[in-house]
Amino acid sequence: MSSELSDVLVPLPEIVLAGLASLVLIVDVFQRSRQRPATYYLAQLSLLATMVTVWATAPDQPVVALHGTYIADTMAVVLKLFLLLMVLGVFVYGRRYLDQRGVAPGEFHVLGLFGALGMMILVSAHSFLTLYLGLELMALSIYAMVALHRDSRAASEAAMKYFVLGALASGMLLYGISILYGATGSLDIATVGARIGDQAQLGVPVAFALTFIVVGLAFKFGAVPFHMWVPDIYDGAPTAVTLYLGSAPKIAAFGMAIRLLADAMGSSLADWSGMLVILSVLSMGLGNLVAIAQTNIKRMLAYSTISHVGFIFLGILAGTAEGYGSAMFYALTYALMSLGSFGMIILLSRRGFEADRLDDFKGLNARHPWFAAMMLILMFSLAGVPPLVGFYAKLAVLQAVVHVGQVWLAAVAVLFSVIGAFYYLRVVKLMYFDAPEGEVGVAGQGLDVRVLLSLNALAVLGLGLFPGALLGWCMAAFG
Amino acid sequence: MHYIYLAIVLAPLAGAVVAGLFGRWVSRSVAHSVAIGGVAVSFLLSLVALKHSLVDGAPAFNGTVYTWMVAGGVHFEIGFLIDRLSVLMMTVVSFVSLMVHIYTIGYMHDDPGYKRFFSYIALFTFSMLMLVMSNNFLQLFFGWEAVGLVSYLLIGFWYTRPTATFAALKAFLVNRVGDFGFMLGIAAILMYFHSLDYADVFAAADRMSGLQLEIFAGHGWSVLTLICILLFVGAMGKSAQVPLHVWLPDSMEGPTPISALIHAATMVTAGIFMVARMSPLYELSDTALSFVMVIGAITAFFMGLLGLVQNDIKRVIAYSTLSQLGYMTVALGASAYSVAIFHLMTHAFFKALLFLAAGSVIIAMHHEQDMRKMGGLKKYMPVTYWTSLIGSLALIGFPGFSGFFSKDSIIEAVAASHLPGAGFAYWSVLLGVFVTALYSFRLFFLVFHGEGRMDAHTRAHLRESPAVVTVPLVLLAIPSVVAGYLIGPLLYGEYFGDAIHITAAHPAMERLAEEFDGPWAMIVHGLTATPFLLAMAGLFTAWYVYMRRPALADLARRRAGWLYGLLVNKYGFDDFNQIVLAGGARGIGRLLWRVGDAVLIDGLVVNGSARVVGWMATVVRRVQTGYLYHYAFAMIVGLLLLMTWVVFLR
Repeated sequence: MSSELSDVLVPLPEIVLAGLASLVLIVDVFQRSRQRPATYYLAQLSLLATMVTVWATAPDQPVVALHGTYIADTMAVVLKLFLLLMVLGVFVYGRRYLDQRGVAPGEFHVLGLFGALGMMILVSAHSFLTLYLGLELMALSIYAMVALHRDSRAASEAAMKYFVLGALASGMLLYGISILYGATGSLDIATVGARIGDQAQLGVPVAFALTFIVVGLAFKFGAVPFHMWVPDIYDGAPTAVTLYLGSAPKIAAFGMAIRLLADAMGSSLADWSGMLVILSVLSMGLGNLVAIAQTNIKRMLAYSTISHVGFIFLGILAGTAEGYGSAMFYALTYALMSLGSFGMIILLSRRGFEADRLDDFKGLNARHPWFAAMMLILMFSLAGVPPLVGFYAKLAVLQAVVHVGQVWLAAVAVLFSVIGAFYYLRVVKLMYFDAPEGEVGVAGQGLDVRVLLSLNALAVLGLGLFPGALLGWCMAAFG
Repeated sequence: MHYIYLAIVLAPLAGAVVAGLFGRWVSRSVAHSVAIGGVAVSFLLSLVALKHSLVDGAPAFNGTVYTWMVAGGVHFEIGFLIDRLSVLMMTVVSFVSLMVHIYTIGYMHDDPGYKRFFSYIALFTFSMLMLVMSNNFLQLFFGWEAVGLVSYLLIGFWYTRPTATFAALKAFLVNRVGDFGFMLGIAAILMYFHSLDYADVFAAADRMSGLQLEIFAGHGWSVLTLICILLFVGAMGKSAQVPLHVWLPDSMEGPTPISALIHAATMVTAGIFMVARMSPLYELSDTALSFVMVIGAITAFFMGLLGLVQNDIKRVIAYSTLSQLGYMTVALGASAYSVAIFHLMTHAFFKALLFLAAGSVIIAMHHEQDMRKMGGLKKYMPVTYWTSLIGSLALIGFPGFSGFFSKDSIIEAVAASHLPGAGFAYWSVLLGVFVTALYSFRLFFLVFHGEGRMDAHTRAHLRESPAVVTVPLVLLAIPSVVAGYLIGPLLYGEYFGDAIHITAAHPAMERLAEEFDGPWAMIVHGLTATPFLLAMAGLFTAWYVYMRRPALADLARRRAGWLYGLLVNKYGFDDFNQIVLAGGARGIGRLLWRVGDAVLIDGLVVNGSARVVGWMATVVRRVQTGYLYHYAFAMIVGLLLLMTWVVFLR
């Protein structure tokens, strides 16, 4: 492949998405109907087209293009496919929900597409500059999306907090990158990685840079103590946006972690691995503990996210191919479970009713046994009950940690997930053993949402029964 | 032949399944026909197998039916070892079982649990055959536990009676103790031999004989001795040897056919069979053989004494069973395995006969079991009377009856043994003969002779039992007489061949073979020998004390009150178990429950940890203030934390 050709072919999915997203933006303007059906279908079409392009241009070997700023490898392909799939799901779930709350759907879809573009750039970055570009494109889109519901005080407050804290975190990340640039004289991830490995005298500046970079990463993931934004933003944002926020960006953040930590600073493994241990234990502990005290299911799931981030970190900090692969499996399946759980909240909501209190799930089994069963699958999977996929994700991560000799960490993780099981099972208890309160129903949403939710939960079950293929794919990305 | 062996085992199982699982849909007669049919098939095919082995001279069959699993290089298989030893056991077991099945039709006629009963005894036959035909320790253990389970179910068959459930529980618990030893023995075999297959283990036994194991530092134990003693602990439970014998007398709470089949003729002999099967192992350990012999001798003599003071007809026979099992065990200890199996066989016939006869009496007496309320039944129940007489004569070893040949051989074999403890064992089994005759004929005279002591109503209804009861009695009476004449080929011929292994260091059987010249010579010799005189003395004493001078018994009771008390209290075994072991265990249990479980685990660990978690959750939750500057501050703190760690702590 000649270098000119690869310069076009490698970033082709991103080029396609950027073009289509711009088209959506223009089409949206010329529509009369408030629901903007053309925007919706075109946005979904763009995602599908991008996925096809990703699949079609997937390289056998890692290819670096655009003067070393861009890379396409198996990990990037898998992550992109999944994050596009997540965004696609979010659009289906969120369509009617946004309409019922008077939020302009066009902006949601356009911003969602540009956010997805940012995430794709992020996971394909081979230079710190590209990485930062992707990160900010994603972050700015999400800031705006959180604030979409302009009339809601909570949403505006959440957007403000997210923006300020996100700027702080970006600043720290940028500061770390600048130190690294000063120390190594390069922004190319491979070059930086090689120079850090060669020059031992870079110890202290690299350690400083590393600390700031880890902080930036931890903020994106929402790891303790950089998690404060998570519950407020998850709760304050419209549920459709929370859905977006809780699924695809976790996949992108995983890609970013691999690019920064494993690729650029692989030789400082001992340093960042130790930091991740601290963050991981704190996240699992605090996330699971505080989730118990929540009465709002969106906040509960926010804390649950924090605890799952701790688990993703477990795989990364192992620092082995097995660890990265298992963390990737965890991130992908967690995004799927998160999509389903927030989707459930959307399914139960209707005009003027959010269904975001735990009590809203009371007696769901009496009204809608099928959806109660779907929620049961999702909750059991989040808690890590076999044979659902959440169990295998936890198992893979714990195995990776045990294989590098950190048995105590695995024991701590298991202990916290036992504590965590409580609040997932409480949801099940509310659905199956309590009497219904008020009007809970699925009438507020369309058939597409119901079908998607069923598929989503059944996928969690199916991947649990046959985890081999996806797990093998994840492992192959680092093989 | 492969399929015939399989059919022998599976036919009773099919009967059990039909009578048990489909009992709701089939009638009583279908249930018992299927169960009896299954056992009859087993018996006939066992005869075929016996003929195949005996007449056709087929070599021992040792084959795997299927492999259950392979773990760590060890194969766990279901397989059959059909040699002379197992084929003899199969024939005896299926024959007695068949008799008991038929008898049950009459005995359980009015019982609401009729079909359940047939299901259980057919299941028992299946389990016992599995045990006997096994070619590996795993299947042996399966059969061992399965017969134990059925025994438990059948002792507690009348589960509405508190005494029956108590007895069932007791049998189960005591057998657990024995089974624990048995399991340890099997585990030790797996550990040292890396195989559970008989053939592999026996082939490797010689190499293991020198191996030592240090349990306590400085004291080496022979591994083989340990294995043998552990396995024998299992046999002590199942074959009711002191001190694990306590369950057997209580097991008489079960229906009488069960007492005959399981607790006299077959299951309780599983331990005897097992030790005989393991003869290649036991032969290598004199210590284990001595241990076996002494335990057997204690059981044979002291348990016989207890039979003297019992008034329940079935309990007398139960203590007699204990004592006779002791005799078999002594024979094993003296390396006379074939004699033990011989006695096992003759005992199976005459003891089943005695139990079924007792059952016949109990039917006639309207389920009254106290001998003090019987008497003079001879003229009402002639068939039962004569068959009982045959059984009793066989039991006391009257020359010419089957018990004579087997018991005299045991006494001779013990006399020829040189192991430590042989002297004690010899006197025990010799004096045991007197005791046996005394309690046997005490029972016989009290039940069939003298004045009737029953009430008028019962007396008016006394009559001989129906044919389903008396036919098995007659059929069992025949082998009770003639089985003894098999002594020549069985003990001194080549019958057992390779099935039983005796080393040159234990010459008891050789000595017996030298002195033996035919059963008739043995009878002639027996008429003047000490055991016969002792038996006659016992018989005469029983007649004199209970028929001639009934006052004498009361006098003796008053004069030797302490001895009587000791015997009535069964040497205090039951009280000891009840107060010290059961009471102690329950005390510890209650302590652990109150303190360990309720306070520590429930209170402190479970509820306590839940409370702590809940409290922590509410505290940590307050950190989430909602103020932006608090959040930013937390991030700065986190940054400092990581930086501190990376700069100072690494």
